[in-house]
Amino acid sequence: MPGYYNTQHLTDFGKIADVKPELGKKFFDYYASVFVDGALTAREKSLIALAVAHAVQCPYCIDAYTQDCQQKGADFEQMTEALHVAVAIRGGASLVHGMQMREQVQKLGM
Amino acid sequence: MNTTVTALQKVTEDLGNDRRTPRADSTLRRRCSPLASPAEQLRVLAAVPIEQQNVPVAFETLAGGLRPAGLEIFQVNVGKLCNMTCRHCHVDAGPDRTDAVMSDKTVDQVIAAIGRTRAHTVDITGGAPELHPRFRELVDAAVGAGKHVMDRCNLTVLLLPRNQGLVGWLAERKVEVVASLPHHRRPNTDAQRGQGVFDRSVQAMRLLNAAGYGRGDPHRRLTLVSNPAGAFLGASQATAEREWRQSLEREHGVTFDRLFVLNNMPISRFLDWLQQSGNLEAYMRKLVQAFNPAAIAGLMCRNTLSVGWDGRLYDCDFNQMLDLELAMPGAAHIANFDEASWHGRAIVTARHCFGCTAGAGSSCGGQTA
Repeated sequence: MPGYYNTQHLTDFGKIADVKPELGKKFFDYYASVFVDGALTAREKSLIALAVAHAVQCPYCIDAYTQDCQQKGADFEQMTEALHVAVAIRGGASLVHGMQMREQVQKLGM
Repeated sequence: MNTTVTALQKVTEDLGNDRRTPRADSTLRRRCSPLASPAEQLRVLAAVPIEQQNVPVAFETLAGGLRPAGLEIFQVNVGKLCNMTCRHCHVDAGPDRTDAVMSDKTVDQVIAAIGRTRAHTVDITGGAPELHPRFRELVDAAVGAGKHVMDRCNLTVLLLPRNQGLVGWLAERKVEVVASLPHHRRPNTDAQRGQGVFDRSVQAMRLLNAAGYGRGDPHRRLTLVSNPAGAFLGASQATAEREWRQSLEREHGVTFDRLFVLNNMPISRFLDWLQQSGNLEAYMRKLVQAFNPAAIAGLMCRNTLSVGWDGRLYDCDFNQMLDLELAMPGAAHIANFDEASWHGRAIVTARHCFGCTAGAGSSCGGQTA
């Protein structure tokens, strides 16, 4: 086992469907449908994907959606704004848990 | 020697005094880069290690021979002189390129050929074609012959003092302005064309809008042409057009009629950039992987005659830059162009053609699939 992450995994991702192909096909069909132009444009969806990729810290997704965002016509500034949305929600999620701490402190303290 | 040569000295002087047009790059020719040579570009492209089943990938293997269609577009490249030096330029155009400008004799031959051709459209390109001393004469000849005329414009050239009044002049002749704007926002446009180019492009669009361009009038059509600012393919044209429309109108109050999305061809200065940035192999692989047979039917090489600044003939402007001349018996030159035998030619292709068949396809008329 050479390591935990490998760029070749992204290229070979489709091979995951070699086993249980019926499940793999359902996933990839669904995935492709998610990203087509709809009420949101394909570019907007790609920016959301980029933000989520950073939130879930998936290097494969970050690589793929950095390229995809550029190809869909997003620029660096827009992509950075999307990134900060993820950062704000992650940070906010930690911070809002502070309310629990606050409640406990108020309950237990004098 | 002739009127063009004398007038060119004035153009060069004007460009020398022009401190307002930003420039992103210098020409390969000025840098004495090996890639200034078309033969070297072809060699570099052929040497990129892309293989399928252990055999080097050739365009012809995937696409077969491209079949000619009827002649619709008569495209004239009047030369490589330009006020800008964009980093992706496939022409290696720039202010120093007075070595490659159409001579008086060739202009006369082109005008005569426009009178004879059955093509419905005359597409004038460069460099910045508006800098050619006989640009207006060429436009008038084509309009007089009943042709639809397209001016492939870089926008900033319209702001040069020497071109004051040109927008109104084009509007009177119903010339379609086909204007390059890499992106609808500032950062990508300036990265490709030079700091400040976006703002000057918007300023030129305001002039065009004021003259009636870009407002839905078919006789004052403003078409924008987008190129990716990097080693990736163009966005979907229809979606991009909606987004561009909203963004340009909301942010800058300017409008246009339609958007063409092109891929960058791996030749000339873009090839140089691909090499320098370490993106060449991955980009070529991306083009080959994205090969789309459905893009072939609409390729410009099938219905376009491309005339070079020296009168030589090609299947497209890219072949012109690579010196891949029309495959016709005898010297293919505009002075003795025979439209009937043109229809029977074999279209000349090489690896750079993957740029036009990738994704949704790419041609002078935008996406093809």
